[in-house]
Amino acid sequence: MTFTTIHRCKECGREYPLTPMNVCDFCFGPVEIQYDYAEIKKHVSRKSIESGPNTMWRYAPFLPVDGTNPVDIKAGFTPLVKADRLGEMLGLNNLYLKNDSVNPTFSFKDRVVAVAATAARDFGFDTIACASTGNLAGAVAAHAAKAGMKCYVFIPADLELGKIIGASIYGPNMVAVKGNYDDVNRLCSEIADQYGWAFVNINMRPFYSEGSKTLGYEVAEQLGWRTPDHVVVPSASGSMFTKIWKGFNEFHDVGLIDDKPTTRMHMAQPVGSSPIVTAYDEGVKEVRPIRPNTIAKSLAIGNPADGYYALNIIEKTNGTAHAVPDEVIVESIQTLASTEGIFTETAGGVTIGVLKALVEEGTIKKDDLTVAYITGNGLKTQEAVESLVNTVTIDPDFASFEKNLGMKR
Amino acid sequence: MANLRVKFTFQPDLIKNPIIWSLGREFEIVTNIRRANVAEDQGWVILELNGEQTEIDKGIDWIINQGVRVDFVEGDIVAG
Repeated sequence: MTFTTIHRCKECGREYPLTPMNVCDFCFGPVEIQYDYAEIKKHVSRKSIESGPNTMWRYAPFLPVDGTNPVDIKAGFTPLVKADRLGEMLGLNNLYLKNDSVNPTFSFKDRVVAVAATAARDFGFDTIACASTGNLAGAVAAHAAKAGMKCYVFIPADLELGKIIGASIYGPNMVAVKGNYDDVNRLCSEIADQYGWAFVNINMRPFYSEGSKTLGYEVAEQLGWRTPDHVVVPSASGSMFTKIWKGFNEFHDVGLIDDKPTTRMHMAQPVGSSPIVTAYDEGVKEVRPIRPNTIAKSLAIGNPADGYYALNIIEKTNGTAHAVPDEVIVESIQTLASTEGIFTETAGGVTIGVLKALVEEGTIKKDDLTVAYITGNGLKTQEAVESLVNTVTIDPDFASFEKNLGMKR
Repeated sequence: MANLRVKFTFQPDLIKNPIIWSLGREFEIVTNIRRANVAEDQGWVILELNGEQTEIDKGIDWIINQGVRVDFVEGDIVAG
């Protein structure tokens, strides 16, 4: 059962039936799926959710697909970790980490792709596709495998071998495109126009992006049916940022949480790909596209589709937007690993770097209930932290061990 | 025939140039503007391009060479 109604254009308000589409035919503004919340309210309760599966599909009534038979590789319902050691280091008593690095393909992309793949299959597509530099590729390939769908994954020809293996093991058609980032963008736009495929972040985008709402639902549920004072969210297109906020508010709208969310939404971007932060700093809503140059490749979106909408949420929630340089990203990955035992990819380093900045500037106070989103696994971006490897090589004898490690009995 | 939905972003020095008119004259491309905004420091236009794929490709290469930034309406398609 699904409680969706229509697509509505976020710019001009025109309405469309729920078909595969992503922009309004009239003004080319993005469309967003609408729901019948009165009906959802009749069908969900805290108890019904708590007795659901330990995956994102426990929130199926809030998703734009029929949740009775989803393309399910068990994404979601990831741990919310009380981060006492990192909190102590930063001076925070109520810090939590949403550890989404433990999803089946090791990033939050499993959530969005689970919805997109289910919608694509239900619409009758036989082929699912994406263009990616890493996380999305693996998630799409894995869900296609589970659904028995054909799959095309477009990657830049110079992508690191580890990332290629991480997707190709699931058996998609891996297409390495010679050319720069813009060339790959253009080719994929043309292919999407000419072939009747389900491109997860083109014609499936309204369905795909709704999957990120589950990151809001889970945090609210795992905190005991309440929303935090602050969240820190790594951002590329800005979509996940907007959907977490939407998730908090939907839970309030249907009565699952009592208090209207007052969470301050803080955006985290790497300096080398921070067009939304730049607009925030300049006090404007127009996001100027840039050419990304950062080690945080999972956040390297130069033309963020949801930048304007994310800026509106920052303003509405009295949030902030910060960017951190590559060296802070690396340092923060190590900080998180060495305090909480969580090895995150570069996007998580961005989150922790910005969290630290927010504490230092006094925006987050020591007793504030704070959640930082860790959206991907460090094994995916090992090259970013190679410089931190510090192995002591010894001969296979006891004396060498004591000498080289400065041990004293 | 192909059609492409794109966003052209112009820096201030290009705003007064009739670049979209030239695009339609130089290439076999029909342009159809849907939304636009001109601010003090930049302008953007969201429009549809209709024509043969090869002609659209040539037209986009030309307009990029004029100094216009070209993006797809969907935002960046290549994701992390």
